[in-house]
Amino acid sequence: MKRTHRDGHPATRTLVYGLLILGAILFTVPFVWTLATALKSGEEFASDPGRVIPKQFVWDNFHKAWTALPFARFMVNTVMITAITTVASVISGSIVAYGFSRFEFRARNFLFYTMLATMMLPGQVTQIPVFMIWRQLHAIDTYYPLIVPAFFGGGAFNIFLLRQFFLGIPKELDEAAMIDGASYIKIYWRILMPLSGPVLATVALFSYLGQWDNFEGPLIYLNTPEKYTVSIGLRMFQDSFGTNFEQVMAASVLHILPTIILFFFAQRYFLRGINLSGIGGR
Amino acid sequence: MQPNLLRRAQKLTHRPAFWGFLFISPWLIGFLIFTAGPMLTSLYLSFHKYDLSSITYVGGENYRRLLVEDPLFWKALKNTLFYASVSVPLGISASLAIALLLNQNVKGLKLFRTCFYLPSLVPSVAAALVWEWVFNSDNGILNTSLRMIGVTGPQWLQDERATPWAFAMMSLWGVGGARMVIFLAGLQGIPDSYYEAAKLDGASGWKCFRNVTLPMLSPVMFFNLVLGIIGSFQVFTSAYVMTGGGPNHASLFYALYLFQNAFEYLKLGKASAMAWILFSILLVLTYIQFRTSKRWVYYEGGDK
Repeated sequence: MKRTHRDGHPATRTLVYGLLILGAILFTVPFVWTLATALKSGEEFASDPGRVIPKQFVWDNFHKAWTALPFARFMVNTVMITAITTVASVISGSIVAYGFSRFEFRARNFLFYTMLATMMLPGQVTQIPVFMIWRQLHAIDTYYPLIVPAFFGGGAFNIFLLRQFFLGIPKELDEAAMIDGASYIKIYWRILMPLSGPVLATVALFSYLGQWDNFEGPLIYLNTPEKYTVSIGLRMFQDSFGTNFEQVMAASVLHILPTIILFFFAQRYFLRGINLSGIGGR
Repeated sequence: MQPNLLRRAQKLTHRPAFWGFLFISPWLIGFLIFTAGPMLTSLYLSFHKYDLSSITYVGGENYRRLLVEDPLFWKALKNTLFYASVSVPLGISASLAIALLLNQNVKGLKLFRTCFYLPSLVPSVAAALVWEWVFNSDNGILNTSLRMIGVTGPQWLQDERATPWAFAMMSLWGVGGARMVIFLAGLQGIPDSYYEAAKLDGASGWKCFRNVTLPMLSPVMFFNLVLGIIGSFQVFTSAYVMTGGGPNHASLFYALYLFQNAFEYLKLGKASAMAWILFSILLVLTYIQFRTSKRWVYYEGGDK
């Protein structure tokens, strides 16, 4: 990139690298230690908890964690909920962002700022009445309360990111397509969407994270253990197997793993999506 | 009349404004159902006693009891204020520091960036379980490391003097996440010519940072500060999973106490009043930040 002028003094360079390496180690230690613990036998953990490479790799911890609870079931539930909400957020969010970025209509700016302001509203204010709505609809202990809200734009921050990105796509493209007789829907689907890969990946990852990580929602709405998601299943696991550190850690690794794999695939697009949407600064 | 109506409908669909409104309508409908309506309902509930079966009007009683008769409310508020006042400044400084380091044209940028970013991807329940064992006073990695340098660490999650610090420390693990990336994006948006001009004027190092980087970064800083404070007031999962609010209510955070009132004790009126007190506190804090921001946030070329 364009940062050559900041290469600086050799002593400064050494300091920069020293701090980066130290920081990187501090940030990765809990990971490495979690993985190490997940692979240890109970006796080894008790006698030598700090050891990074286990004397003997006990892969059985994963097997036990997987079968001790209907973990596979939790995983399937979570994947299903997360997949639906992610797709719904990306599609509905980009439609809303299309409306905010490409059209003039009365009260547009007022509505846009209202949307931004909702980012500052603590969820606790709406939590109880929303719970009452779902209760009225007999949807407690179903997935509807977790899934349906994603169809309404998928959250203010995501819509904001998408709108910022759309604003950066030249309007001339739309106009040219319009002269060729394309409808608005066609412009959205054939012009904006194909050009928005990075921001779509970013929003998809944020939506995925929000749902995969969701703890309070399933805690409030799901009662039947078979319907549990991984996050509350893991909490249940902690209650029943809390003393077997190795197994709790193995279960945690299983919860973390899909996200990390996904991140490595999405990484390229993900960071570009944010860079290009830059907040406030420009 | 019928063809007239049809023509009017046709005319409507030819207006871009109609389509714009149509496209944003999913958000607008969701906003009315899941935000605006519930806000009014919650305000209404806060003046009532409600347990899902019967509802009675009690006036300002919920608020009065919370503020005057409920020591746990104050305890939770104090815990949360402490958490916010430690984790927000430290978190912002740390994420800015990481962003500055990563912006130094370093080799292996991707690897470093990934190392710092990964913790923020860990699901909060898994993070809580991991940290529960990091803080374990006998076998935890923190006290094991401290022992190696001859220090006896406290019982992080059992000693009520240490617990607030444990939670603040844990919050720092996530500083390499979105906040840092937003800072990094802001740093990369500063034109090189500004640094060159500063250099020509004889400014270097600290002076460049103070007079170019910080002002140019202030809008991003402001964004991170506002949302950081709001986020820190809602800390919930870690306390729920790791300590359940203990020991001796040392980690009973506001959102946790609110949740307990709402979904464990079914005191939905009281919980709604708590939600509105929280919202008011955040509104005041945000308002103060917006007012004072004029003094320190620099917007290039006016309003953008």
